[in-house]
Amino acid sequence: MTMTETLTETRTRTLKLVYFAWVRERIGLAEEKVELPAETRTIADLVRWLKTRGEGYEAAFDNEAIVRAAIDHSHVKPDAVIADASEIAFFPPMTGG
Amino acid sequence: MIPVIRIQAEDFDLNAEVAALTGGRADIGAIVTFAGLCRDEGGRLTALELEHYPGMAEAEIGRVAAEAANRWPLSGLVAIHRHGMIKPGEQIVLVVAASAHRRAAFEAAEFMMDYLKTRAPFWKREHLVDGSTGSWVEAKGEDDKAAERWS
Repeated sequence: MTMTETLTETRTRTLKLVYFAWVRERIGLAEEKVELPAETRTIADLVRWLKTRGEGYEAAFDNEAIVRAAIDHSHVKPDAVIADASEIAFFPPMTGG
Repeated sequence: MIPVIRIQAEDFDLNAEVAALTGGRADIGAIVTFAGLCRDEGGRLTALELEHYPGMAEAEIGRVAAEAANRWPLSGLVAIHRHGMIKPGEQIVLVVAASAHRRAAFEAAEFMMDYLKTRAPFWKREHLVDGSTGSWVEAKGEDDKAAERWS
């Protein structure tokens, strides 16, 4: 492994997280900036890490299967790779229309 | 055909939207409109509060509209979705689909609504007559089924 690759894998990234409806209420924030741990690769990894950050997060992701995610304004599945996303959103199933 | 997509707090005028779509044209043979209104749920509600994800709401409805334009030969397409506090009897959502013939207009309008329900980032919360804030409206499995039949 080259030096560049090593650096890439260990850096942390700043990411904007936004929350809506009851996900927002349970977490107690509409948005926040977080330093993402280097090993956080997918949406599922991010959820696992968020759940370690307090009761509100645990309550919001209590039923992980129901919470939806979007990367940069597009719906994604839990196995989606975060890569160089700038904004990730979490929200309940949609009830518009 | 460039779809008209608007996310707004203010009300809309169905007739004005149709007039804007058809004005000065002679190629349109069919217009299907759908307006979704706020119910009072048997007198229980004073309002529905609609939260949305600014930016993604426009983007997602734009993607759904582009898909509709791909599937049917449309002459025009309008999708307007309101946010904020909406009282019973008021309008929430509008879809206008125009085509040379009726089938494309009917199907595109229905497709738009089925996908708006399940993909557009909006969430409804009830406000009750006793002045309290009720619960978030739960997503319905039948809405997912309605959207699935197009895939």
